Formats: sequence, structure tokens, C-alpha cells
Amino acid sequence: MNFDFSDAQKALKQQTRDFLRAACDTTVPRRVLEDADEPFARDLWQQIGANESPGIAVPEEYGGIGFGYLELCVVAEELGRAVAPVPFSSSVYLATEAVLLGGSEEQKQRLLPGLATGETIGTFALSEGPGLATPANLQASFRDGTLSGTKMPVPDGDIADFCVVVAKEGDGVSLALLDLGGSGVSREAVETLDPSRSHARITFDGAEAEPLGEAGQGWALKDRVFDRAAVLFAMEQLGGADACLQMAIGYAKGRYAFGRPIGSFQAIKHKLADIYIKNELARANCYYGAWALSTDAPELPVAAAAARVAATQAFHFASKENIQTHGGIGFTWESDCHLYYRRSKLLALSIGSERVWKDRLISGLERQEAA
Amino acid sequence: MDFNDTPEQAAYRDEVRAWLSANAEPRKDRPSVSRRLDAEEGLLLAKRWQAKKADAGYACRHWPVAHGGQGRPMIETIIYDQEEANFDVPTGFFSIGLGMCGPVMAQYATQEQQARFIPPLMRGEEVWCQLFSEPAAGSDVAGLRTRCHRDGDDWVVNGQKVWTSGAHYSDWGILVARHDSSLPKHKGLTFFFIDMKSPGIDIKPIKQINGGSNFNEVFFTNVRVPDSQRLGAIGEGWQVAITTLMNERLAVGDAPPPDFREVMKLAAACELDGRSALEDSSVREKIADWYVEAMGMKHTKARTMTALSQGKVPGPENSIGKVVSASKLQNVSSFGADLMDMGGVITDPSLMPSDALFQQSFLYSPGLRIAGGTDEILRNIIAERVLGLPGEIRVDRDVPYNDIPTGN
Repeated sequence: MNFDFSDAQKALKQQTRDFLRAACDTTVPRRVLEDADEPFARDLWQQIGANESPGIAVPEEYGGIGFGYLELCVVAEELGRAVAPVPFSSSVYLATEAVLLGGSEEQKQRLLPGLATGETIGTFALSEGPGLATPANLQASFRDGTLSGTKMPVPDGDIADFCVVVAKEGDGVSLALLDLGGSGVSREAVETLDPSRSHARITFDGAEAEPLGEAGQGWALKDRVFDRAAVLFAMEQLGGADACLQMAIGYAKGRYAFGRPIGSFQAIKHKLADIYIKNELARANCYYGAWALSTDAPELPVAAAAARVAATQAFHFASKENIQTHGGIGFTWESDCHLYYRRSKLLALSIGSERVWKDRLISGLERQEAA
Repeated sequence: MDFNDTPEQAAYRDEVRAWLSANAEPRKDRPSVSRRLDAEEGLLLAKRWQAKKADAGYACRHWPVAHGGQGRPMIETIIYDQEEANFDVPTGFFSIGLGMCGPVMAQYATQEQQARFIPPLMRGEEVWCQLFSEPAAGSDVAGLRTRCHRDGDDWVVNGQKVWTSGAHYSDWGILVARHDSSLPKHKGLTFFFIDMKSPGIDIKPIKQINGGSNFNEVFFTNVRVPDSQRLGAIGEGWQVAITTLMNERLAVGDAPPPDFREVMKLAAACELDGRSALEDSSVREKIADWYVEAMGMKHTKARTMTALSQGKVPGPENSIGKVVSASKLQNVSSFGADLMDMGGVITDPSLMPSDALFQQSFLYSPGLRIAGGTDEILRNIIAERVLGLPGEIRVDRDVPYNDIPTGN
């Protein structure tokens, strides 16, 4: 039994944490949040690229450094802790994974080296507005090599170089690779709950695109990409949840009311103990998801869904109770509490809500049961 | 990361499995042997099983050789327990003795006493109980009132203990009593082990809300205890008690059913609005919540086992176990009854799915949120010892025990 990260992985985690503490304290997400003209922290993204972090799990033959997914998981946790305002999740967890899973050899050779260094930013477009996207209600369509339709919100869609689009093709669903700088594509930023990560509305009108993966197999491929991405998103959420707990503990020790630290009141103690409990449950589920991802285990769909649900719940709870622990000051713009609160909801809805993942979890259990 | 045993652990697991297969029946989908039998018969069987285990070297394997163990790593005890859980064997009677009384005797009793008491304790020949809680001292156990005073070579004990598991079939017990009420509450306590058959001990079973009687009230009227059975110095009782509680056996077993598996099975069999209840999204969401909690606990234990397996001290993450599992059991039970709708109130096992397991645990589960540390005390412990928040401001710490207000 060795249910732990290796010493080298732990060292990478510490190194990433130290790097982000210096390069991405909370003034960095706040800067992006407040400045409408800065959609992401370009300087930080360049440093992350220089560290080759986007290519950690990309095989060397495609320009990555060819470590495994456990290494990517520890980096994800630290990016979440730092509320990093960079397109890492879109480009690495979604676009890179989609190309790795569905891309032809030529597409991999062409796209992965840029993704691995961060020089190319990719993203993934499923949602077409409020409401759950399904194969039946998709409007975007892919026909004869061209895409038509509208996607929103597309995470980092205003800054990405290309996008994997989920679209109808005939009676089925396919994935298509769209060059966002090409003709027939227009995009504009949309306002979201978390302006420290920009989102776009992308309209394509007969825009040229190339198929990714087999025609008609797009929905299944999307599910496989999301299963893998779910573990990585969960690790980010876990990092964010832990940051909230640490912030709340720090405040509860230093803030005095009624002549004593508020952390000495059971109302606060129990609140923080509950955050800790949810975080530990999430951590255990995330580690199991990380194991399943790194070994491509048959348990991955269920393990990923469990990690995703647990981490979504943990980050949501930790970020809202962190505000509550702070009291009035926690509701001010100047306090950092809202950075986490916003990010928790953003991550909770990226790749589908908690309800959707719970349903996937039970479906996975039903399949296991039937097998 | 990998979930496999080391070659050494795998070999030990195989050995344990082979021994268990040769000596016990695999667990079946029915109440365990301990549940099928009455207490007396069950105890007899359990004693036989414990002796067999001890003879084969599987009892208290991690204890030091000097204390009757094998001096083996804790992970071997855990592997044994995991494997034993797959077999229908009577257990539970000795957990207090092995988990708390044995270690405290090993630490505080004389060599002669250890030689006399530890082997029969380990073999299940003598059963032990723990006498800490009192009617006016539950979470605040240091506020206990049972008195003891010195009389020649003996101490004389008067008072009442409560929630004593197995007092009626125990041979020996560990006891904390107050020798000096003029001292602050933590300082006036002294610790003993006592013969449960001593004159002046009166044991009455407590009837619980589920109708069962797993615990007792124990009354002491001029019970004489030799001073030689004092553990630790006079006035050191609190420190000894704390050591005892720290020794509580590492909880690595699974919480008792029902859990998400049982609810899932039940939901698949129940009809809701003309279809299987398992197709209902509100049902699916609930089961997903419990799955996540159950797996969170399972994998948290795997983290603890990893640390033990590497000879490290486990992190504090294991402290979440009972808070999560007790409430989950209560919620799962209540929900299971809901799925049966109006019929969910019936408790006759012959009429109900899973032999009325959900109804039984509905009535049993409130106790789990209290026994062995209430939800509230456990949250205090997490907040103070794990998160480092400041301790409670205590109004009773440095005043003489006599002067502490007692209310009703």
C-alpha cells in the first residue's frame, strides 16, 4: 500500500508552491480581476511555460517533458491554491487532452509542441448558453469542413489560438478543431462571475475547421476528455479549498471579539472543523482520482466523478464559510475572500455542474454493478 | 502510488488468509454470528476464537514482545483485521480490553501484574471494561464525582459510573476516581484497575432507544481496592486516563452498514412514480453524496495505512472518521426508510427489505454520534489539535473542584 505521492512529486509540489507564492500572490489574480484590458496574467503564463508545466504530462515525442499525471496533479493543486489567472485548465486539461485522445498523428505533431510550452493556447467549447448542453439540443453544426453556430461561455476563448468545438454532424456529434484567428470567426469577451479568468462568446459562420477524432464519436470523446479533466479540475479545487481554510484559520486566530480570538468560539471552531472534514474527504477522493488518471485504470470514470463532486463541494463550502468567518470585512472588494468565492463557482461549473457529475457517478456505479 | 502490498505484506496476507480459511467460515449475506447469538453464547464463542487467534500469533501482533505481543509492525495487525472482516467470526467483546486496558497496564502496572493480567487479557480469557463516564461527567469526564479515600492498604470507592460497555460480563475494569475534592478538577484524580466481582459493585443494564442494552450503569458502595492496583501516582489519574484514550485502537474497519451500497440496492428494488427509484435524480444525488463520503473515508484510511506501512506516524486526517461515518449512518438509515414510503415504519424483520436493517440502524445510529466522543467534542479536537485554534476559555480549570458550579 503506497497511497501517497513520491518524494520527487512532493518536491515538485513544493517547488511549484514556492514559485507561485513569489510569482502569483493574490495581487496577481486581483490585477486581472480589476483590469478589463488584461484578460490573463501574460507574464505569469510565460513563466509557467518556461517551467514547461503545460507539457508535464505530454510525451517527449510531442515536445513535452513526459512526466506522468501525478506530476500534473500536484501542479494543478498549487495553481488552484494560488487562484492563478492563466488559461492552464483550458489549454492543458481540456485542449491538450482532447488532442492526445482524439488527434491524428499529424495533429499531435502539429499542435502538442506549442501546447506543451504554452506558446499555443487551446480551449474547449461545449456550452451554448444557460442550460445543460446535450447531443439533442446542440445548435452548432459541422458540415463539409465548416462550422456554424455560437458557443458561450468559452473559457479563455478570447485569448486562445484554437478551440475544440463540440458540434452536430449529421445525426451524430463530432469534435472539430477551429483556428480562432481564421475567417468566419468572431469573438468577444463575456462578463462572468470570475473576471480573473476571461471567457468569450464565439460565433462561427461557415468557418473552416478540421475534424478531431472520428465523425459521430464526438460526444463519447468529450466524455473521455472530461473524465480526465475532472481529476485535474478537482485538484485545482482542492488547492483552492485548502487556501480558504488556511486564510480562515489565520483570521480566526488574529481577530478578537468579546475579548478573545474568535477562533476560541465553538461556532467558529466547528465551522472550520467542517471545512477541514470536507477538504480531507475531497483530498482522499482526489488522490484516488489521480491514481486512476495516472494509470488509466478502468475505475477512472467513477473515481474522477467522485473526486470532482467532493472537490466541488469542498471548495464551495470553504470559500463561502471563509467569507462568513471574516464577517463584514470578508464582503468587501478589498478582501481576498471573493477571489476564492468567484473561482470556486467558476470551477464548479466548468466541465459541468455538481448535479451532472453526481449523475455520471451513479451511472458509472450502475455500469460497474452490471459488469 | 500503488495499492499493492509489499512482497512481505502480500506473503503475510496470504498466510493470514490461509489460516482464516482453515479456521473460520466466510462472511455471508446475513447477520454475523455475534448478532445471531445471545450475549452469553456469543461471549463463549468469542473467547474460543480469541484464544485460537492468540495461539496462532495473530492477537496483538504489534505489541512489544515484553508485553506478550510479537513486536511486529502495526500494518500486520491491520492486514489481519482486514482479512478477518471477510469471515464470520465473533468479535467486539475484547476491543476495550485490547485497545485501552492492555496498553495502560503495559505502561503503568508492575512486571508481576503484567505477567498475571496481560496474557489472559490477550487470549480473551478475562474480559475488561472501562469505567470513566458518569451521569454528570460525559464530555467533561474530568468533572467526575466518584470518590475514593485511602483506608489502610486499600482505597474505598463510592459513586456511579455509566455507559460501561460489557460491565456485566467483565472480569476487570479500569477506573478513575476523585481522591481530593479540594484540588482543581484535573489534579484530584487517581487511576485504578479493579476486580469487577468485588463486593459493593452493582451493575444495571441501560435500555437504549433501540431497545438493546449494550451498556450499563455501575454503582460503587464502599468497594475496596488494594493500593497495589493503583496505576500511576496519586493525583496522576487524569494523565493516565488521557494516555488510555490516546491508545484507542486505530479505527481502520469500515463503518457498520447500511451505506451507499445498501441504499443503491434498495433504490433499485423500490418503485417511485412508476419507475425504479434509482432513476430518480434526487435519489441519485443523495447516493452520490454518500459514495463520496464513504470513499473519502476509505481512501483516507489508505493514507493512514501508507504512513504506517512506511513506519511513519499517520497524519491527523484519520480524526475525521467517526464524525463523518456516524452522521452518514443516521442519514442513510433515515433515507432508506423514506424509500419504503409509508411502509418504512415497519420494524418486523420478516416483513422488510434487508431484514429491517435501515429501521434498526435508524434507532441505533444516534448513539454513534455520542459514544467515544460526541460530534461536538470531536470538532473541538480537530479545531484545536489539527487546525491549531486557541483552546476553550475554561472557568473551572484552576478552582477547587468543590467550588465548581454544578447546575442540575
